[in-house]
Amino acid sequence: MSTDETGHGGAKTPQSAGNPGGTGPEFLQLITPAGERISHPEFDFWVRDVSDEQLCSLFEDMTVIRRIDVEATALQRQGELALWPPLLGQEAAQIGSGRSLRADDFVFSSYRENGVAYCRGVDLTDLLRVWRGNAAGGWDPYSINMATPQIIIGAQTLHATGYAMGIQNDGADAAAITYFGDGATSEGDVNEAMVFAASFQAPVVFFCTNNHWAISEPVRLQSHIQLADRATGFGIPSLRVDGNDVLAVMAATRLALDRARRGGGPTFIEAVSYRMGPHTTADDPTRYRDANELEDWAAKDPITRLAGLLERKGLLTAELQQQVKTKADAVASDMRRGCTTMPDPQPMDIFKHVYSTPNSWLERQQDHYARYLASFGDPAGAVSEEGAR
Amino acid sequence: MIKEFRLPDLGEGLTESEILSWKVDVGDTVSLNQVIAEVETAKAVVELPSPFAGVIKELHEQPGSVVEVGKPIVSFEVADDDGGSPSPPSGALSAGPGEAVVETPKREPNLVGYGAVVEGSGRPTRRPRNFAPVVEPVDTKPVDTRRPVVEPVETKPVETKPVETRGAERPRSTPPVRKLARDLGVDLARVSGTGPGGLITREDVQEYAGHGEETAAPAAEPVAFSGGTHPGERETRIPIKGVRKYTAAAMVQSAFTAPHATEFLTVDVTPSLELLAKLKDSKAFAGIKLTPLTLAAKAVLIALRRNPSLNSHWDEERQEIVTFNYVNLGIAAATPRGLTVPNIKDADALPLPQLAQALTALAETARAGKTAPGDLSGGTISITNIGVFGIDAGTPILNPGEAAILGLGAVRTMPWEYRGEVALRKVLTLSLSFDHRLVDGEQGSRFLADVGAILAEPGMVLSMV
Repeated sequence: MSTDETGHGGAKTPQSAGNPGGTGPEFLQLITPAGERISHPEFDFWVRDVSDEQLCSLFEDMTVIRRIDVEATALQRQGELALWPPLLGQEAAQIGSGRSLRADDFVFSSYRENGVAYCRGVDLTDLLRVWRGNAAGGWDPYSINMATPQIIIGAQTLHATGYAMGIQNDGADAAAITYFGDGATSEGDVNEAMVFAASFQAPVVFFCTNNHWAISEPVRLQSHIQLADRATGFGIPSLRVDGNDVLAVMAATRLALDRARRGGGPTFIEAVSYRMGPHTTADDPTRYRDANELEDWAAKDPITRLAGLLERKGLLTAELQQQVKTKADAVASDMRRGCTTMPDPQPMDIFKHVYSTPNSWLERQQDHYARYLASFGDPAGAVSEEGAR
Repeated sequence: MIKEFRLPDLGEGLTESEILSWKVDVGDTVSLNQVIAEVETAKAVVELPSPFAGVIKELHEQPGSVVEVGKPIVSFEVADDDGGSPSPPSGALSAGPGEAVVETPKREPNLVGYGAVVEGSGRPTRRPRNFAPVVEPVDTKPVDTRRPVVEPVETKPVETKPVETRGAERPRSTPPVRKLARDLGVDLARVSGTGPGGLITREDVQEYAGHGEETAAPAAEPVAFSGGTHPGERETRIPIKGVRKYTAAAMVQSAFTAPHATEFLTVDVTPSLELLAKLKDSKAFAGIKLTPLTLAAKAVLIALRRNPSLNSHWDEERQEIVTFNYVNLGIAAATPRGLTVPNIKDADALPLPQLAQALTALAETARAGKTAPGDLSGGTISITNIGVFGIDAGTPILNPGEAAILGLGAVRTMPWEYRGEVALRKVLTLSLSFDHRLVDGEQGSRFLADVGAILAEPGMVLSMV
């Protein structure tokens, strides 16, 4: 693999988030930024079955989630969402890993893995529910085997490890995968999760998307070694892959899942990528990072890269492009409609999912609140949708 | 039909943004999500994507203007989705931030994209009330709707006679009634409540507003908030002076110079009360008032002999610790003028009958407000008898310059361990605060344990003197 196409964008400038120390810049890469497929003696095996058709569908998924991201950002700017955490630039990391999962695996993600949620088949309206402020959680986690996004940085790694220990107790061959960012590796929760995962050899994959920025904190301030090397200190084997290379991510994730299913314990994957957008729609990254860095990473764009490969293979036909665009537009349009027609939450909804069983204390509060609402003299309006508007 | 786009909150809690530039002109045809403007918030410069496909009808704000969240910034002419529904009358469009202007998706299920559903100021709005004649004011300011909702008053029908409203208190009512009053421009202080306990009801407000039109005009003049109290004032202002001022200064000085530590001990004082009963019958104490305070004061004086550090003073100026070889015992007294702590000079030298008499005299003098200034200074340790208010324990603040203060709780009849069984006993709690610069936990604890031991078994004095 060529050394000039590593994850070190603009490493000369002080604003760069590139990591100067550590064990070296090498990472697993199967597609160069120019779209050239390079062979790898070990990892080709893990993607040997990926057909041309599947490459095209990966391209479609990555394009669709970018479109979802653009649409959701627009919805936020139009006042339809309170907030949105964009994934621009991280499409390969999410689709490459998300498409490697089995239905009985379980995902514990951060708030940015909307592409992974798309792979799990989430209802797009449910995806937006929490960002519109309509619900504390968007969906039933068991319906798609994916927990709702964790806002607390890194806490989901503990949940994943606990779930994986449960898989062990069940004697199943499923796996848990947890997604987190570079900043989360500095959190106590993530470190504790790795201790437990290693001790119990739990079937969990730690998927760290190193997008180089923990909001405004560059990764080089967080770690003087590669993040992947942090895991080895816990006795967890780790892989450093080009996170903008969908095939490399897929190969690494498949290997890690296979190890987990065979009782080989946890694996840590550092997917080296870049957050090309703001941290959230309330953030302005131009205040803290160098425009040159963004330009360097734009040259390694994950979708452009896959398009390059498809082109070399003669697969990037106008028909495919039109088909993908139509699909993306349809998904975006569906999502917009789902968002803007979402009924407002009702005052009494707040009591719905607090306890799974009846609770007298809560019922008392519920009763008080109902009477309080009724004291406005509009009992019908207090619970009807129209009344809440 | 005409659609308005109102400025949304672009970044988690913003109230306004500045229009930097328009990317479109009136008459331009725009597509959904086409960038129409560049806006700067307190957090970032962002592009605004168009929420509609249509033709720009009007740009309400000029570049450079700072716009409140929720204000319309641009109007679009968009195609009717069902091809036939007439535009709302133009009058409705200028109705301000009411509910009627922005079409809700409920009414137009086929609509792809619509303006921000931001009513009024962009704050969450409350639904309209159902009394017909009242119109929601359209110019509701953000601060009004953001006012925290006060805990609803429990409206259990308590059987109390209507009491006179005290001047300094906010008139009692419920949040919806307060909202109603605000909407109607009624000052609740002027409404007399007919509900339980003087509670102002919805009917009271409506009645006041109904026939109050004529009387409301003069009533609308703001009340001058000067000193003194009379019903209707929402606060009472009292100049800080005299004992209150002195007390405040002393408390602040004490609390923030001497590091306080407080310990508690609950003791069975039944034997002490039995002793008091016996003493009352004895000739030596004829005509002398004896209370638990008397015995507690004596116990403190005895315990101080074994724990002199609690009878000391931190001399910051000379960097010395002064241990007193005498005890001027202060007793906190609630007087008409406020809190005073007169002290009994050389209390340690007084036999019990004289100590009891001194305590009685001190209390009477203080209550009459006639304590001599000399009796208020020179104290070395204090007792505060919070038990007379029915209180068990607290954290007493040291009388400035002293090393310790003992709080004496109320005597309670309680089930208590007595000789291996549970019995009803007379129990009280002692609260001791001490200046941790002068007194270590060990000395404070030993002192408190000694006082407790004496009150629990007065005969223990024999082992201490």
